[in-house]
Amino acid sequence: MVAFAGLLIYGSLDLPYRGDADNLMHSQRSITDTVVAGNYFIQEAYNDANTPNMVTVVLGDYRSIDTLGEQVVVFTAGLICLLILRRYRPI
Amino acid sequence: MRTQFESPIVLLGSRLLSPYIMLFGIYVIFHGHYSPGGGFQGGALLASSVILIRLSGGRIVSRLQVREFFTTPLAAIGVIVYFGTGIVSILFGSYFLDYEALPFPGGLDPAALRYYGILVIEIGIGIAVMAILVMIYDHMARGEDYV
Repeated sequence: MVAFAGLLIYGSLDLPYRGDADNLMHSQRSITDTVVAGNYFIQEAYNDANTPNMVTVVLGDYRSIDTLGEQVVVFTAGLICLLILRRYRPI
Repeated sequence: MRTQFESPIVLLGSRLLSPYIMLFGIYVIFHGHYSPGGGFQGGALLASSVILIRLSGGRIVSRLQVREFFTTPLAAIGVIVYFGTGIVSILFGSYFLDYEALPFPGGLDPAALRYYGILVIEIGIGIAVMAILVMIYDHMARGEDYV
């Protein structure tokens, strides 16, 4: 386990610094010279939905069908708990 | 766990704490546009305030706050609010869950309509998560000897 931790620490030494603007993953275009899709969400989130919190706009507007799926999953989990835990007759 | 007795100190502390937790949950839902938070987190906070009263007060006292009968319909209502928002935006000539056609009064521009559309679905998520967590607690507690 110590050896594995050492391996991970050795690997993390090569990671780029946080917020480095010259980093590849923060650039407008990817390696294959196509436009990165997340740029649109970051740049236009306030103009599209008038909301300062970018995460809320992505969760509630751009990816709202995914959030609907999450809510249906929670609802289904609740219904299954109701089905399992329900007492049909008094013991 | 088997022995039960009335504890006024615990009940008083929970009664003091529960409205503030509920207020903070509503704040987290409605302030999710400006700060971290949203429907799931706010719903969990609302559920924690309801479950706190249920834990400390028992069935008789907690009946005054949220009846056990209401939790399952509330969960369904939360899902219906979300899904109905999408259906309404289809009916008024837009895509599913694209809020720019929602019939809010006042002649708002599409950005403001999306703002309020996100708010409506966050409220739906909050109601559903709160009701489901309370529902799971109720059905688990009913198996115990629970006064």
